[in-house]
Amino acid sequence: MDRRSFLKAGLSAGAVAVTGGLAAPAYSQAANRTLRFVPQANLANFDPIWGTQYVVRNASVLVWDTLYGFDEKLEPQRQMVEGEEVSQDSRTWTFKLREGLRFHDGEPVLAKDVVASITRWMPRDPMGQLLRALNQELVAVDDRTFRWRLSAPFTKMKMALGKNATPMCFIMPERVARTDSFTQISEYIGSGPMRFLRDEWVPGARAVFQKFDRYVPRDEPASWLAGGKRMLVDRVEWMVIPDPATAAAALQSGEVDWWENPITDLVPQLRRNRNIAVDIADPLGNIGSFRMNHLHPPFNNVKVRQAVITALSQEDYMRALVGEDQNLWKVMGGFFTPGTPLYTEEGGAMMKAANLERGRALLRESGYNGEPVICVVAQDQAITKAFGDVTADLLKRLGMNVDFVATDWGTVGQRRAMKNPPNQGGWSMFHTWHAGADAINPVIYNAVRANGDGAWFGWPNVPAVEAEVPNWLAATTIEQERAAIGRLNAAAVENVVYCPTGFFLGYQAWRRNISGVVKGPIPFVWGVSKS
Amino acid sequence: MFAYVVRRVLATIPVMAVVALFVFSLLYISPGDPAAVIAGDQATPADVERIRASLGLDRPYLVRFGAWVWDILRGDLGTSIFTNLPVATMIAQRIEPTLSLMVVTLLLAISVAVPMGVVAAWKQGTLIDRAVMAFAVLGFSVPVFVVGYLLAYFFALEWDLLPVQGYTPFARGFWPWLENLILPAIALGSVYIALIARITRATMLEVLQQDYIRTAKAKGVGQSGMLFLHALKNAAVPIVTVIGIGIALLIGGAVVTESVFAIPGLGRLTVDAILRRDYPVIQGVVLLFSFVYVLVNLAIDLVYTLFDPRIRY
Repeated sequence: MDRRSFLKAGLSAGAVAVTGGLAAPAYSQAANRTLRFVPQANLANFDPIWGTQYVVRNASVLVWDTLYGFDEKLEPQRQMVEGEEVSQDSRTWTFKLREGLRFHDGEPVLAKDVVASITRWMPRDPMGQLLRALNQELVAVDDRTFRWRLSAPFTKMKMALGKNATPMCFIMPERVARTDSFTQISEYIGSGPMRFLRDEWVPGARAVFQKFDRYVPRDEPASWLAGGKRMLVDRVEWMVIPDPATAAAALQSGEVDWWENPITDLVPQLRRNRNIAVDIADPLGNIGSFRMNHLHPPFNNVKVRQAVITALSQEDYMRALVGEDQNLWKVMGGFFTPGTPLYTEEGGAMMKAANLERGRALLRESGYNGEPVICVVAQDQAITKAFGDVTADLLKRLGMNVDFVATDWGTVGQRRAMKNPPNQGGWSMFHTWHAGADAINPVIYNAVRANGDGAWFGWPNVPAVEAEVPNWLAATTIEQERAAIGRLNAAAVENVVYCPTGFFLGYQAWRRNISGVVKGPIPFVWGVSKS
Repeated sequence: MFAYVVRRVLATIPVMAVVALFVFSLLYISPGDPAAVIAGDQATPADVERIRASLGLDRPYLVRFGAWVWDILRGDLGTSIFTNLPVATMIAQRIEPTLSLMVVTLLLAISVAVPMGVVAAWKQGTLIDRAVMAFAVLGFSVPVFVVGYLLAYFFALEWDLLPVQGYTPFARGFWPWLENLILPAIALGSVYIALIARITRATMLEVLQQDYIRTAKAKGVGQSGMLFLHALKNAAVPIVTVIGIGIALLIGGAVVTESVFAIPGLGRLTVDAILRRDYPVIQGVVLLFSFVYVLVNLAIDLVYTLFDPRIRY
């Protein structure tokens, strides 16, 4: 018994006597069935289609199930689906749901619920938008079967329906899924392994999930979002602790069990505590980004962009962000997530060897005449703040005229959408980062797309990049996929769609009385137990 | 007196109207876009535009202001853009922790600071006086979050006496409730104790020079009776004023304290809402704070009459 429990026990001795002394063991048992988890951010909304933040996705996988789920090899496996048939022309897919699927209100999951859920998801998701463009008919055939007829073959169907990039294709009851994609739902009924206790939800403070006893897990062992999602605790409490030092102290004192994203500075302190385990959180990591505005000077000039990417030392960015722990970062020669099947360094060797002098020469050749570079840097995000400081120094050493705009993420979010010239409220560059899980193929990874007005902020327009996207979609073998992505990567480097600033990982930490924690892009709670 | 109170309460209406106009206008012209935050980092500009339209953020200033005022007049503070919960519900969820923190801090500060100030004045120039003043300077100088981290380190991590973070509602028992508030109240109260102690000392020094104190001494009134009945009562008006002003400090300090100790109060609600540009929540909370502040001022004015019978309304 720890000192505080002893004190508390002393103070409540009278009360225990009155209740027959049984309260303490009962409490202890309940505590062992409750997992207290500190998430990366506040769960400010709970609609995974409307709000695409990772924290919403991470909570949603507890409550809503998916038709397919990525396993740790990034391969989509059946989850709610029992089986599927594809027509000979690959245009018609017929899916059958497995038996025993049930929503938290007790109603069975029917094919019509799935049809409505897919219909709501499609407009918000890049892969969904491709499917929507090909959609000819999506109908429920019977209670457990639905059919999807497309105007052209779509070989990446299972990937689209099972990917873990946001927004995921979660299945909701039809009445809920009929809500417009751009309007928030107000009923949080899913068919996943846990129920969301709305009455206990205090946004900004906590969210509580209760084991759904009628959930029927698959027989296969769990692997990320695939396999049997077996809950070994009854209750999961998300406790929002915005201050990292407080979260570290809470973990050390045993007030919480598992912290999703301890900051690097505090990791040595956590490692010194014998009750705490620390390990890499997400092997897919994150990709840092130096995003330029291709519409206006100076970055509308490809030579200027090349000057920057040539001079840019990813190592500087990574050391500024992560520090000396080289297990946590690596420099990249490509745009896709290192370690995943499509990662390539074709055309990108120069990205790994920064050359300031060569960058200066390219800048001179570009005809750059001192236009100010409006660097919009969010100071309230540790990642962008660290990147911004390195960038300001880099651009100055390169010989550029830097106008450093220190602001917050909310303002960056608004300003980056503006296409005005930089000196009229627009911008020249900003920093962000992309989750590795979102950068594994060119459809879900919209930061690498270069389709002009339709592209992500910065609006790069590089037909050679875009030409490879349909090639990847049409590829039927991994070799064909890799060939298409190789060409895409080379074109993206040559035209500098954006500048990656390095690949970095983060840690997670948990108390040693917790077992079953795995590395993954989402903190998977199934299979986690507490003693 | 009753007419005065009614007049003061009525006077809050134009004050609140000005606050409402000011807050709304400030948010309208300030940069930032909740639609961009909602849409997430992978969203396209078209997605952001559509969300903005669905939230009504693309409507003209006057239309939005008019709709908001109309809702307030009907007792509706609006709905959070992010949580989809009524702002009144969110405030109700958060008001108990903040109120608890403020009450415990106030009680702690007054019960510690006033005797400290009185004793420092009584023992002017001695070691005790210097110690009290040194504590006051320290209290002013050390930021709340530093005090908070130090307290958490020693009392929670090293000695395992109190919890690091969180809040337990009063309904779950007095000790669980108080246990979570002790460290935050000390951290938040340190500045407040310093402020009140200094003012109490300064005012008491002035009062202790007065003729009636000398008369009381000459009549043989005891030391404690002289200090606390004669001197402190006459020194109370400035002290009460500072306590009232200090409530504004508490509101500001609560933001930091609630973050350090992960207390789900109104301070954190405000910060979260500002960072996300959750306009209805910001507007609702600021209106509430300004209303509380006006009421506190009124309460302080009324308390004056208890200490100084010459004050009449």
